[in-house]
Amino acid sequence: MTQDPLSSIIATSEQMLEGGWELIVGLEVHVELATKTKLFSGSPNHFGDEPNTNIDPVTLGLPGALPVLNKQAVELAMRIGVALNCSIQPCIFHRKNYFYPDMPKAYQISQYDIPLNIDGFLVLPSGTRIGVERAHLEEDTGKSTHVGGATGRIHGSDYSLIDFNRAGVPLVEIVSRPDIRTSEHAKEYVAELRAILEVIGASDAKMEEGSMRVDANVSVHKPGTMFGTRCEIKNVNSIRALGRAIDYEARRQIDVLDSGGTIRQETRHWDDAEGRTHTLRVKEDADDYRYFPEPDLVPLAPSAEWVQAVRDNLPMLPAARRTALSALTGYDTQSEAVIVVVERGQHDYVQAVVDAGGDAVRALIYVQQGFADAGPVPAVPAADLAKLTVLERDAKLSATQAKTVLAELVEHGGGDAAAIAAAKGFEAMDTSAVEAMVDEAIAADPGAWAKYMAGDEKASGAIVGRVMKASQGKADGKIVTAIMQSRRG
Amino acid sequence: MATIPTTASGIAAAIASKQITAREVIDSYLAQITARETDIHAFNLVTADAARAHADAIDADIAAGRPIGPLAGVPIAIKDNLCTHGVETTCSSKILEGWKPPYDATVVSRLRDAGAIMVGKTNLDEFAMGSSTENSAFGPTRNPLDTSRVPGGSSGGSAAAVAAGFAPVSLGSDTGGSIRQPAAMCGVVGVKPTYGLVSRYGLCAYASSLDQVGPFATTVADAALITEAIAGHDAMDSTSIPQPAPALVASVSQGVAGMRIGRVTDLPAGAEPEVIARLNEAFAALEAAGATIVDITLPSLSYALTAYYLIAPAEASSNLARYDGVRYGLRVNAVDTNSMYGATRAAGFGDEVKRRIMLGTYALSAGYYDAYYGKALKVRRLIAEDFERAYAQVDVILTPTSPVVAFPFGDKVDDPMAMYLCDIYTIPTNLAGHPAMSVPFGTGAHGMPVGIQVLAPALGEAPMFRVGGALENAAGGAK
Repeated sequence: MTQDPLSSIIATSEQMLEGGWELIVGLEVHVELATKTKLFSGSPNHFGDEPNTNIDPVTLGLPGALPVLNKQAVELAMRIGVALNCSIQPCIFHRKNYFYPDMPKAYQISQYDIPLNIDGFLVLPSGTRIGVERAHLEEDTGKSTHVGGATGRIHGSDYSLIDFNRAGVPLVEIVSRPDIRTSEHAKEYVAELRAILEVIGASDAKMEEGSMRVDANVSVHKPGTMFGTRCEIKNVNSIRALGRAIDYEARRQIDVLDSGGTIRQETRHWDDAEGRTHTLRVKEDADDYRYFPEPDLVPLAPSAEWVQAVRDNLPMLPAARRTALSALTGYDTQSEAVIVVVERGQHDYVQAVVDAGGDAVRALIYVQQGFADAGPVPAVPAADLAKLTVLERDAKLSATQAKTVLAELVEHGGGDAAAIAAAKGFEAMDTSAVEAMVDEAIAADPGAWAKYMAGDEKASGAIVGRVMKASQGKADGKIVTAIMQSRRG
Repeated sequence: MATIPTTASGIAAAIASKQITAREVIDSYLAQITARETDIHAFNLVTADAARAHADAIDADIAAGRPIGPLAGVPIAIKDNLCTHGVETTCSSKILEGWKPPYDATVVSRLRDAGAIMVGKTNLDEFAMGSSTENSAFGPTRNPLDTSRVPGGSSGGSAAAVAAGFAPVSLGSDTGGSIRQPAAMCGVVGVKPTYGLVSRYGLCAYASSLDQVGPFATTVADAALITEAIAGHDAMDSTSIPQPAPALVASVSQGVAGMRIGRVTDLPAGAEPEVIARLNEAFAALEAAGATIVDITLPSLSYALTAYYLIAPAEASSNLARYDGVRYGLRVNAVDTNSMYGATRAAGFGDEVKRRIMLGTYALSAGYYDAYYGKALKVRRLIAEDFERAYAQVDVILTPTSPVVAFPFGDKVDDPMAMYLCDIYTIPTNLAGHPAMSVPFGTGAHGMPVGIQVLAPALGEAPMFRVGGALENAAGGAK
C-alpha cells in the first residue's frame, strides 16, 4: 500500500475521530476464484472435500512438476479488473519465496511489480470513490491444523495436519488505495465488493468459509501531516468484525500516540471474542521474499479482443442495478430495500413481478421482507406475487392480510393469492365497519387519543393496534390512519 | 544369434525385421553392464527385471503382429533427475533417496510409447550441479576410456553408460553444458536442444530457465533420432514451444556444401593446445566439404560464466527450497519446524548444492537483486544480441566443447572456479536458449577424446545436425 505524503481524500468533519485524528484505512482483499480447477493444475477447485483428495504432482510441488496457467482463472481475474474499472495490462508472474509447511514448493506463484489489473476504483453505494491500486492473480496455500498447544498456532503445538486441497486454488488479491476514512466505509467497501464479485460470477466471496479474506491496513494521523505508521490487521472474519477491528485499532493507536508513544509497524491479529488486536509479528521479523520472475511460466498478455469480450459480457453491476431498481420503484438508490434486494441479486425478480402486472413498490418490499433466504431466483412464480401486490394495492387485502398470504406463497413455492385469501376468509372490511372499530378504540384509550389530537403522531400506534386486534388484521392500516386523520380534522 | 547392432537405429530395424529379438538385445546390454558397471558406476539403479519384462512384451507384440513403436526394443539409460513412475528417482542426492515418483517425465513416457526400454537410472552430480559427477552423493562415475579420470558432468553417468556400451543411447539434462561436456570427455555425441523444444515436465529442476533434456548417442544420426522422439509441444510445460517435433535424422547426411560456419575470433582463452588443434582441423574438414568459414566476434561471451553463476544458483535456491522434509524424501526430526528444515537440508544436501543455494539466495536478496541477479539478466540479453548479430552472417558456429580433456579424479574438487571454467564454452548457448551439440573429433592430451561443439540459432537443429554429421564423417566415419 502506498503511503502518500499527504492524503488527497480528507475526512469530513463528522468523519474525524476524537481529538482531531484522521483514520486512514486501506484494504487487501483475497478472493478465491470460482474456477472448476486450480490455478496451475487440473485438480478440482472444490471446498469441503476429504482432505488431500484434490491433489496432483503440481499441487504437491513434486520434483519436476510444472505449472500451467488456468485460462478460466485469467478470465475471472479480468472480469474483476473490468468491474473495478482497472486497466488490464500484459503481466508476468513472480515467485515469492518463503518456507511454510503448507506451502508445497516453498514459494508462492504470485504477481509482483507487473500485475494483471491496475489503477481502478470502486464507488461505494453512499457515493465515495475508493481507489483500487491493483488486483493480481496468485495461488492459495494449503491449510494447516495445529493440534495440541494452547494457541492453535504452529508454535507450541504437538503436531500439525496439512490439507493440500486448497493449495493452488486461484486467488485474486485486490488492494485498495488508502482512501478509506471510516470503519463504516470499510464495511461498505467490502459489502459492495462482495456483491460485485457475486454478480460477475468471479467468487462466492464467503468470508466465513474463507473464500474472501480481508486484511486492513490501519493508521491515524492529523490532517495535513504525513500518514501515520500503519498496522496490518489479520483474521477479520466478517464485515461486522472488520468494523470493530478498525475502530479498536484506531482507538489503540490514538491512545498510544496521545500518551507520547510511537506506533510500531507490525501485523496484528484480531481476536473477535476479546474484541481486541494482538501483535502477530513486527516488521523487523518480516521475510525477505526474494521475488524473481517465475521461469516456469511465460508472460501473460491477454489480447485486446479477449479483454473486449470480457467487457462486453460483464453482467450489470450492483450500482447500475440499484439505479434501475430505483427508477422502477421510486425508492432511493441508497435505501435499504434497494441495497438489500440488489445485494441478494433479486432485482431481476422484482422486475419480473412488475412485468407480470405487479405493483413495483409492493414487489420490492415483499421481496425485501419475504425472500431473505430465497436467493436470486425465488421459487414463487413472479406472476403469483404480482397478483398479491395488485390485491393489496386495490385494497382487496389489508397489509397484514397480504403478509399472511405472502408467507403462504413462500412456504408452498407459489399459489393463487386470491384463492389463499378466500380460504383464510380474508376480505377487505367495508369502511363503515372500520370506522366503528376506530371509534371503539378511541373510547377505550382516551389518553392516547388526546396525545394524538395534540399532534403526537407516535400516539396513533396504540389506536391502530387496537383496531388491528379487533379486526383480526383484516382492517387496512392505511384506511385506519386516514379515518383517524379525518376525525382529528 | 545375429550380431547385435551398436546403434539405436540399427537395433530398432533388426528387431522390427525379426532378425533379433528385443530380449536378445536387452540381455546383451545387461551382460555388458554386469561385466563393467562395478568399475564404471554409471548407474544409481539398474532396472534389469523391468527391462527384460518390457523386452518380452515387445517380442510378444511382434510375434502377435501388433504394431510397435519406432524405437521398439532400443535400450536407453535415463539420467536420475528425470521422474520415472514407481522407480526411485534421486538426483544423486541423499535428500531424495528412496523417493519413487507417482508420474513419468514427459520424455520418459514418450520414449516408452516409442518402444524404448529403460535399462536404468544414471548417476549425476547432485541435482545436476557439477562438471565431473564427483558431486554425486552415491560416489563418482568413472570414465570408461580411462577409469582414473572423470567422465565429465553433470550427466556423467549417461555419457559413461553410452561410452561403456551399457546402452546405445541415453538421456541427460543440460543447464550449462551438462550433456555436451561429458559427451566430449567420454567420446560420444551429446545434444542440447533449443530451450522449449523438449518438455521439462518431470525433469527435477536445477535452473528452470536454462535446463533442457537431450540425448547421448554413439552416432550423430542416433542423437537426431532420439531428439525427434522426445521433442515436440507438451501442454504440461508452459515454456514448451507450440510446434510438433521437427524431422532431423535426414539432415545428418545432407552435407555442408554452401553452409557458412562461424569461427569466434575473440573466444575466451584457456583451452588446451590439442583442443585448439582439433578445432582448427574441424574447420579445415568442413571447408574441404564445401562450407565457408566466416570469422565472427561474440564480445559478451567472457561475461557468460559470471552471469550463469548468478542466474542458475538464484533459480536453484528457489527450485530446491521444496526439499524441506515435509512431504517426501529425507526428514531429520528436530524440536520444531524451522529446526527440522535446517537439519534435513544440512544432512540431505552436499557441499556444492549448499554453495549454490547460498549464492543464489544472496543474489536474490533485498538490496542485492539489482547488482547481481538484475545485472546477470542484462548480460544474458547482451549475449543473445551477440548471437543474433553473428547468426546474421553464419548458419552455425564451431567452438571446442570443453577447454580440457577428461581430468583425473580430485583434480578440481577443491577449486570450484577451475571446475566452473570447464563449462566456459557451453554456458553461453544455455543463456541464449539455443541448441548445441558435441561431436567427438580426435583426441587430445593423454589420448583422451576431444569434442567439437556446433552451436546453432534457436530451432536450428537441422543445420546443427548437418554440420554434426559432416564432422562425424571427417573424424573417421560413422561407427
